Amino acid sequence: MSSIALKKVSKSFGAQAVIADLDLEIEAGELIVFVGPSGCGKSTLLRLIAGLEAVSSGQLLIGGRDATHLAPARRGLSMVFQSYALYPHMSVRDNIAFPLKMAGRDRARIQDKVGEVARILNLQDYLDRKPRELSGGQRQRVAIGRAIVREPIAFLFDEPLSNLDAALRVKMRLEIAELHRQLGTTMIYVTHDQVEAMTLAERIVVLNAGRVEQVGCPLELYRRPATLFVAGFIGSPRMNLLGGAEAARHAAATIGIRPEHVLLSTTQGRWQGQVGLVEHLGSDTFVHAEVADVGTITARASGDLQVKYGDSLWLTPQLDCLHRFDEYGRAIR
Amino acid sequence: MTNAMHGRHKLAFTVLAWIVAVLVFFPILWTVLTSFKTEGAAVAIPPKFLFFDWTTENYAEVWQRTDYLRHFGNSVLISLGSCLIGLCAAIPAAWAMAFSPTRHTRFVLLWMLSTKMLPAVGVLVPIYLLFKRSGLLDSRTGLVLVLMLSNLPIMVWMLFTYFKEIPRDILEAARMDGATPGRELLHILAPMALPGIASTLLLNVILAWNESFWTLNLTAADTALLTAFIAAFLAPEGLFYAKLSAASTLAIAPIVVLGWLSQRQLVRGLTFGAVK
Repeated sequence: MSSIALKKVSKSFGAQAVIADLDLEIEAGELIVFVGPSGCGKSTLLRLIAGLEAVSSGQLLIGGRDATHLAPARRGLSMVFQSYALYPHMSVRDNIAFPLKMAGRDRARIQDKVGEVARILNLQDYLDRKPRELSGGQRQRVAIGRAIVREPIAFLFDEPLSNLDAALRVKMRLEIAELHRQLGTTMIYVTHDQVEAMTLAERIVVLNAGRVEQVGCPLELYRRPATLFVAGFIGSPRMNLLGGAEAARHAAATIGIRPEHVLLSTTQGRWQGQVGLVEHLGSDTFVHAEVADVGTITARASGDLQVKYGDSLWLTPQLDCLHRFDEYGRAIR
Repeated sequence: MTNAMHGRHKLAFTVLAWIVAVLVFFPILWTVLTSFKTEGAAVAIPPKFLFFDWTTENYAEVWQRTDYLRHFGNSVLISLGSCLIGLCAAIPAAWAMAFSPTRHTRFVLLWMLSTKMLPAVGVLVPIYLLFKRSGLLDSRTGLVLVLMLSNLPIMVWMLFTYFKEIPRDILEAARMDGATPGRELLHILAPMALPGIASTLLLNVILAWNESFWTLNLTAADTALLTAFIAAFLAPEGLFYAKLSAASTLAIAPIVVLGWLSQRQLVRGLTFGAVK
């Protein structure tokens, strides 16, 4: 196990800066998730760590050793690609064995190791198949198998679940979390899906336009977002963000209130709104109400709530759960 | 209505395709037919299409008068040799250009291809003199070299198009898995691009086989290929169409058979990247 540190790391493609002066410490054995909208630089950051892109300036340390200019293979990291990147002309067995073959391990050792990995990932029955004969989930497992077989210092996952359907995604997410528990190896996981980030991560790095917006454990980001961007990005449905007179009343440029912190009533409250879209999820109901001079407010209510389009409702924000932001989008604490 | 129109279009295109195919194939068919005629029938006016006295004596005479097998051997050796050596240079070149392109890659590719637009006769004198001075005239090595170099741009282009289709992720995965550039090429790229490499080889063997400009100008007796074998029947004694046709048929037969057997591979090779 080993820690990874980035010191003032920058990356530019021509004149365009993708990552700017980024500092980050990744603890040995932790599962850290890079999350952000597309184009925020999260995949580039992962590729810089992997060595698939060259750092423009700054330093990268792996296990305390300078790895800034080390070839990818010599960094001791494994990567799982979004497209799985399996070798289509090789069987599952050969795919998993490939890193060991490249490392020059002897045949018996390779066979043992492949068997062990296949057992961990339930791939024993598929070892002689070609990748094209496997389902999406199985391919993903083979890609993970190929990554764990060489016992790397850290695993890098580049949006590994985005090609899977929703049900399989949840299942694989649990498998990855379980794998992390079993192996205890450092994992760096990139995703644009904040639900995936919240459920998997021990710590989350929220990236926006090549900069770190906030680093913290999932609930910390949820409860105490440091910036307007994090407030809007983490949480689903997203936080209600209001400007103008409503914010000014609380001495802020913008105020934010999570849907679960908006109370609904048919008789009285802070704002009167008209019900627009209603989403019934069973356990919860999300009500999107239009409030004059304020905008659309989303509120979470119990699944039993009976409201329909056009109904009139009163909405009240819980003031102790209000988030305030200044004109630069920074949280006012 | 639309179905009927669709049907009519299809029929029109089919007829057109057949007309073009027959036009392209007719000279070859005529050559083959002529090779079975007597010299008299070969120049008869009006020309005789199928109803003439079929004879194989032209083949017998061509076989007796010349050493077909030696020419055939030279053709195989030189066309295959030039292509195999060419591949050794073209694969790494195309690999570098496909996966580590720079701002100038497009230009380099175009520049390479532009050398094919230059009429070969434009460089005949310097190449002839170079060959003469370095003792490469009428040698297999010289011919392999010149054919390899003249087909190299096409090889690089074809392979580049193939390699472009291979997902970058897979090569990066190999790099992460500890493959050196050489092993990446050998274990991942080459097996994945095998159909592409095969069609490149095939097409260039055909091009080299049919190449006559350099083979006629840079060889004499020793290394003469089948193209020179045909040219030998444009004899000083006069024109013998039937024998010339027999020689031509013998010269093109191997490559036509090869092309026929591998036509699927060839079509795929030539249209690769154009349709997905």
